[in-house]
Formats: sequence, C-alpha cells, structure tokens
Amino acid sequence: MSAADVISLYPAFIVEHAAPLVVVVPLIAAALAAMTPGQRPAWLITLGATGASTLLAILLLAQTMTQGVVSYALGGWVAPIGIEYRVDQLNAMILLLVGVFGFLCALYAPRSVDDEIPQSMRGLFYSCFLVCFTGLMGVAITGDAFNLFVFLEISSLSTYVLVGIGSHRDRRALTASYNYLILGTIGATFFVLGVGFLYAATGTLNIADMAERLSGLEASSTVRAGFAFIVVGLGLKVAMYPLHSWLPNAYTFAPSVVTAFLASTATKVAFYALVRFFYSVFDPGFVFEGAFWIWLVAPLGVIAMLAASVQAVFQTDIRRLFAFSSVAQVGYMLLGLSFGTAAGLGAGLLHLLNHAMMKGALFMAIGAAALRFGVMRIEEFRGLGRTMPFTMAAFTIAGLSLIGVPLTAGFVSKFALLNAALERGWWWAVVAIAVSSILALIYVGRIIEAAYLKAPPTRDGVSAARAPAPLSMLIPLWTLALANVWFGVNAGFTTSLACNAAMMLTGDGVCIGPGAAP
Amino acid sequence: MSSNHHLVLRVVAKLLIPAIALFAFYVQFHGDFGPGGGFQAGVILAVAVILYALIFGVDEARRAVPPWLVRAGCAAGVLIYAGVGVATLIGGEAYLDYDALGPEHHHGQHLGILLVELGVLTTVASVMLAIFYAFAGRAPDIPDEEW
Repeated sequence: MSAADVISLYPAFIVEHAAPLVVVVPLIAAALAAMTPGQRPAWLITLGATGASTLLAILLLAQTMTQGVVSYALGGWVAPIGIEYRVDQLNAMILLLVGVFGFLCALYAPRSVDDEIPQSMRGLFYSCFLVCFTGLMGVAITGDAFNLFVFLEISSLSTYVLVGIGSHRDRRALTASYNYLILGTIGATFFVLGVGFLYAATGTLNIADMAERLSGLEASSTVRAGFAFIVVGLGLKVAMYPLHSWLPNAYTFAPSVVTAFLASTATKVAFYALVRFFYSVFDPGFVFEGAFWIWLVAPLGVIAMLAASVQAVFQTDIRRLFAFSSVAQVGYMLLGLSFGTAAGLGAGLLHLLNHAMMKGALFMAIGAAALRFGVMRIEEFRGLGRTMPFTMAAFTIAGLSLIGVPLTAGFVSKFALLNAALERGWWWAVVAIAVSSILALIYVGRIIEAAYLKAPPTRDGVSAARAPAPLSMLIPLWTLALANVWFGVNAGFTTSLACNAAMMLTGDGVCIGPGAAP
Repeated sequence: MSSNHHLVLRVVAKLLIPAIALFAFYVQFHGDFGPGGGFQAGVILAVAVILYALIFGVDEARRAVPPWLVRAGCAAGVLIYAGVGVATLIGGEAYLDYDALGPEHHHGQHLGILLVELGVLTTVASVMLAIFYAFAGRAPDIPDEEW
C-alpha cells in the first residue's frame, strides 16, 4: 500500500489538521481522564487517545512520504512569528514510535496498574500518563525551540509524578523521583538558557528560521555558549554518560508500565531533540561542532557502552541491570551520531527504533513476572522459564536482540553501526561495539541461565506452579518480541525510516546498511 | 469555632475577600487592554480562598471550596482551552485561530483570547488551591510505620 493510499483512508478534515490533533487528542483525553471517577473509564480513554494519536502519526508519516514536509501554523500565525508544527522524515518516525509504544503500554497497563498502584490514584495515574504522552508528542512535532522546551517540561514533570507513584511498592521511588526532578530541572534550565542565547544571537525562536540566521555566526561566542548549554541540558535528558545518574533509580523504582514506557520513548525523544539541534539548528559544518563530536560525543558514547555495560553485569536487581544497559545503548546512538555521516546517523536512529522494541519487551516481561511472583532479583528468576513459559520466551527473544544475535533487530542496527565505523575508519569504535556486545551477552545470559537452567523455587517440597501472565500483558509483549524478529529479518521499513531521516539531515546521498539499497 | 479570637481579623477578612475575588475578575477581563490575564487572575482568585482558610481554618475552606471541585477545576481549565481550539477547527480555521469564533477579525480574536484566558484562570486557581490544600492538610506527625 502506497503512502497516497494511506492518506486517502482518512477524512479530508483530519488530513488537514493532523499535526495539532496528534497532540491535542491526548491532552483533552488527559483532562477527561482526570475528571472521570472510575479507573476503567480512565483506562478506556487512555487506550482510545493513544490509539487515535498513533493513527494520526501514521497519517503524518504518509504525508511526509508524499509531500516532504508538513507545516502547520497554529492560530493562523505564519511561521517565523507564530508557533509552527513541522513534520519531516525525522520527527514523523519519532511520532510513530511514541504513538505505538504509548498504545502498547496502555494496552499492557490495567493488570499491572491494579497490582502496583492504590485504587484512589489509578484515574489520576492514567491522566498523568497521557500528559507525559502529550509532552513527548509535542517535543517531537514542534518546530519552535521555546515550544520544545515547554513540551519537554510537560513530559518531564509528569514523569516525576509517574516515577514517584512507584512509592506504594517501594518507598525509594520517592528519592529516585526527587533526584530525577532536581537533575531534570537543571537539564531543562540549561536547555532554555541555551535557547535564550540563540534567541539573543538570531532574534527568532523558529527552528528553521534560526538555522538560516545562524549560518555565518560560527565565531560568535553567544552561539557557542548556547550550543554548550543546549548540549548539557539535553544530555541530562538523554542520559548521556556522565549525566545519567538519575536514570538507574528512576527505572528501578517506577511502576512497571512506566518503566516500559519511559525506556522505550522518553530518552528517545530527548535524543531526537539532540539530533534536531546538532543537524538542523547548528550547521554540522561548524568547526566547534565537528570537534565536539570527535572529542566529546564519540568518547563519551564509547565510555557509556563499556562502563555502563560493566556496571550492568554486576547488578542484582533486574530492572537496575537493564537501566544500566539503557545507558549503554544510548552510548551506541551517540556514537552513531558522532560519525557525522548519513551512515552513522542512520545507524544511530535505527538503533533508537530497535532499542525501543527490545527494552519495551524486556521491561514488559519483567512487569509480568513482578505481577505473578513479585520477583525483581536475578536469583529469583530461577525456573521462570518453566513457570511463565510465554513471558520468558518473549524475554529471551528481546534479550537476544539486545545482544545483537543475527535474525533479530539488534543485529541489524549494530551491523549498520559497525559498517559506519568501518567507513569512517574508526577501528577503536568497532572494538568497543564488539566488547560491549559481549558484555551484553554476559548480563542477559545470567538471567536466561537462571530462568531456564535452574529449577523453580520450592515451598514445603512443592515446586512453584505454572502461572502464565494475563493475556492483556502477553499481547503487547509478544507484539514487541515478534517485531524484534520481523525487523531483524525484514528490516526494510525501519532502515528506510532511519536512512531517509539521516540523508535528509546530512545531505548525503547514500546511507549504507543492510536492506537500505535504494 | 465559636470563639471570638481574632475578631478584627475576621471582620476585615470578610470585607476583603469579596473585593479580592472581584479584583481577580477585573484583572481577568482587563487582560486584553493592559497588564493582566488568566494566570494573575487565577492566583488572585486562589488568594481569596487561601485568606479565608487562614482566618477561618482549612476545614471551613474545604467546606466552601471542596477538593473534588478543585480537582475538577484543574482539568476543566485545560478542557476550556483545548475546547476553544477544537471549536476553531470546527469553524473551519487553523487550531486556535480565533477568527473562526466571530463574524469578523476583531470580534473573533477578542472572544477567543477571553475564553482561553478563562481556561487559564480556572486551572491556575484550582492548582494553587490544590497545592495549598495538600500542604495545609499534611499529617502533622509521621506515623510509626512510615519510618
């Protein structure tokens, strides 16, 4: 089915106003969910709104395929003055990612929420989840630097609450949330300071307009200061290696649904913002930016890949283990970005998509295990292959994808990254990718060994009974597990998304990668 | 609460509270001619209730403005704001293009900004009160099982 066919399925009114609706629908739904008394209506509203947003994101992606850029003037105020929503190949992909994962997490949520969150808070939990979803969609779609900050804060503030709700299971969620609040706010402050500097230098807040006016301002120290502030601010949100300290605790103590949602979307959207500023706002040809990539982003990416993976190996709490693994995976994406080529950026963006699938599936499987057995530590996972066979099978597929085994999505993006490193001639990066993958094999292997090779725990001489996860959890979990296999065998769709975005941003004509042949 | 402590405060507060509320609406409706608008008006409106709570007690204030109303207000403001946008979409213009709301440019813009600011007022006043209630209603001691 071609993109034009997809567009023709939607009513003309929706086609015209898809850009604002993708944000407005979940926002209105969040307010409605907060006002409804029961939890079931709130959940249905959440499911409907995330589903509708996903459909709109698909429409926007189809529109970017046929017409290139979708631009929408909010309030009828045209671009440099008013706020513009601007969708191109890069953020159409991110919108789709957030939409799909928001929907899958909403589908997954009810059983897990009933188990982990007290009844009086469930309605507000769904409302908060939708506000976070709205914020992430907004960051992805807006073409205005200050508006981006506002949406970044909307998503972050609701995230602090979502993490803090985990306190009903473990009080440490409160300190994790508070720590995240302090660091996240510092990040947002740095970001808005940077935007302020750029506004001082250019007199505009529209991203496309700013990019135009920045050309020739390479030597301006205002612009350089703005660059530095924005990098640190977004670096905190992305969990760039030395700025990642908020992430492990936040992922560990948040409710299971929230961890699955954040791990697959929040850092990804922040990474998108970083790419947007690196490639669209600042000219990648700026000398200070090129030096910054080579001397800071690439080394920090490699350190993240190695150090965070080593830390992951020594964790006993399974969510904490995968939280460190997430920091390592952000390192892969940053490394890809730092190559400065379409191949590198494409590989980084492809890994962004694939990593969302892996971590979404892994954290969903962990949430299912937490629901049935309340287990969180690796040694408690023993025998889970027998007591929860479907959950652990999906977990294993996603784990293999995380390692980068052939025929899984993880292999495709790591291979693309290797190709990009070889093209650039960075042998040390190739070695780092290999070593980091071996470390991933160790930490994923420990869990799989416990789950399949050890006997289930016994109580009073009776082995723990089989307790498969509920269907409402297995469906989204297996959707993601199968996506890991599907996009490992037939990577055409994901690769073309990532490569089109990378080629548009870098202006290169080729983007090497398996399945990417035009 | 039949004691006559702070009689002067009570009498003065009773005089002031309606004036404060009225001033909130003055700031709200004056917003499109001079400094002011929904945010400031919302804060001032919340101040009227907070003053009432300070003088007459939080329980009295909760009876006057119940927490469920505050919670609904937080969401209702967002609905008003976003609803104006949806109304402009249905009117055939871009999202939040107030021209759709009136017969000609000035009418539409005037009505649109007023409605949007009303949404801001509702949410800001409710959120201010929600924060105040949350702090004022906090348990004075930490229960033993919390340690």
